[in-house]
Amino acid sequence: MSTELEKPQTTTAAAGHRLPGRESADRKQVTQGRWAYTLLAPSLILLAIVIIYPVINAIVMSFQKDSGLDPATGFFSEGGPAGFDNYIHWLLQQCTAPGGGTVACPPGTLGAQFWDSMGTTFFFTVVTVAFETVLGFWMAIIMARAFRGRSLIRAAVLVPWAIPTAVTAKLWFFIFAFEGIANKLFGTQILWTGSEWPAKWAIIIADVWKTTPFMALLILAGLQLIPDEVYEAAKVDGASTWQRFRLITLPLVKPALMVAILFRVLDALRMYDLPAIMTQGANGTTTLSILVVQQIRQGFNTAAALSTITFIVIFLVAFIFVRFLGANAVDAATTSGKAK
Amino acid sequence: MSTATASRTSTERTERPKRPFNWGSFRTYISAVIILVWCLAPFYWMVVTAFREVGYTFDTTPFFTHVTWDNFTTVFDESLGNHFGKNLLNSLIVGAVTTVVALVVGVFAAYALARLNFRFKFVVLGFILGASMFPGVALVTPLFQLFTNIGWFGTYQALIIPNISFVLPLTVYTLTSFFREMPWELEEAARIDGCTQGQAFRKVILPLAAPATFTTAILAFIASWNEFLIASQLSNDATKTVTVAIAYFAGAQPHQEPYTAVMAAGTVVTIPLVILVLVFQRKIVAGLTAGAVK
Repeated sequence: MSTELEKPQTTTAAAGHRLPGRESADRKQVTQGRWAYTLLAPSLILLAIVIIYPVINAIVMSFQKDSGLDPATGFFSEGGPAGFDNYIHWLLQQCTAPGGGTVACPPGTLGAQFWDSMGTTFFFTVVTVAFETVLGFWMAIIMARAFRGRSLIRAAVLVPWAIPTAVTAKLWFFIFAFEGIANKLFGTQILWTGSEWPAKWAIIIADVWKTTPFMALLILAGLQLIPDEVYEAAKVDGASTWQRFRLITLPLVKPALMVAILFRVLDALRMYDLPAIMTQGANGTTTLSILVVQQIRQGFNTAAALSTITFIVIFLVAFIFVRFLGANAVDAATTSGKAK
Repeated sequence: MSTATASRTSTERTERPKRPFNWGSFRTYISAVIILVWCLAPFYWMVVTAFREVGYTFDTTPFFTHVTWDNFTTVFDESLGNHFGKNLLNSLIVGAVTTVVALVVGVFAAYALARLNFRFKFVVLGFILGASMFPGVALVTPLFQLFTNIGWFGTYQALIIPNISFVLPLTVYTLTSFFREMPWELEEAARIDGCTQGQAFRKVILPLAAPATFTTAILAFIASWNEFLIASQLSNDATKTVTVAIAYFAGAQPHQEPYTAVMAAGTVVTIPLVILVLVFQRKIVAGLTAGAVK
């Protein structure tokens, strides 16, 4: 890692202080700063338009009532400020009762599904990422070895990654059809996408198939940074294979692993394509993203509140990862460089 | 996972002269075959089914039997209400425009992030990285209303603009890590020879950066091509993309899933990507893992 330190433009800026003797870096930084922001401006402005504007818009919308028939009065309501009503609607699963006031949302309505879909989303996230980490680590270890046909494997793992998720969903929907190959192969007669737990597992398997390669490649890149000499030295010192894995491989690959897990967790939390296509969210597979999309047709502002909640949940998870688990993707990016 | 496998990871990374048969490498090959089958079998099954007669949809013969082109004809047959050719074109337009915009804009940002010293670089990078992880649903709701209000619903820009929100960060991030590894001494040399920083960028660095830019373009295009959530909400019949078309593909019988036709459609959409990925395998792996890990 010492090679990185020789790159002043990355390390010094990231650390926020400069080492003495760096050929007048201060003066250089002032002129470079203006030039840098000129170059950055188009990207930052574009991102502000496509992300920050819609987000602010959504937050504003989430504090508005949806126009439509007011269940309390039976008259058409124009909307208007709603305070935190939309958030209370989701978080406490409170719906407006026909005679005014609020009651618990009746089962079957979208409002009654909030905590269920939150649970489903986190269940999918934890289970898929756990499988992907273990499988991905194993694949990475195999791919890191030298053997004939290694490049064939590295090419093969890119195939599931390249297939569009929508096609993946249809493909696994076919595999898990009642008369499909999965049932015939295992001699089972399971209605995979038609009942709760099989549907969940069908989606998990499809997701693991699709995204493990990404995980494996990120971990592989991390593995390749570990110098052979470290292993040689440990061998000389008499470390067992298990000790070498636990005391060398794991700690040294940890930064890469944590970033890979962070990426996958954030991706899994917004899962939409697979359940939307394979089950349409039926049988307990409604994720937060699916719930938002279903709500859009029933009322923008209530949907905006839900999408804001989703955004905050994902943001909090990312924050926890970066702050407490050391998955610092920005750090990894700023101090990166060619290690080999 | 066996413990012996772990330690071999890097010690055997470099090619060694052939040795007598050993169980370690035998196990490696078994694992390699398992990975190969796991990754390719479902894809293979899609292609096999795509070429199978409808009557043999659920045939379990593991190789090509009852081969026919009919499914591909069905895919492009417009009498069932599908417009697959049009959908392909839509995906191509949305993907190409998104990629070009993201690259043209992102290449400058990446240069600044990789090469220049400035305040709040850390913050800017964090923002861009955060943007790439941004949930699509948080955009769909406000954009759905906005585009409906200004009459953009069902236009190409209604798909391109949200796509930029995740393709541009991806582009900037990937390019930044590529740019960091380029031989920048040449830029210094050009400066000494009297080029301005702008000229050095245009005349020396840009040609050098072409391969990295090309790889990033592939990644950006794939990301846009594969997008489903936004396209399923913000497109109509005129701008529907292939991923949406495949998800809601109409068959001849109303309540019967046209499996073989859908697999054929999936094959049409996937084969170009798979070829692209296999040809540029090394570059793509480098691009995928760039920055995040190295």
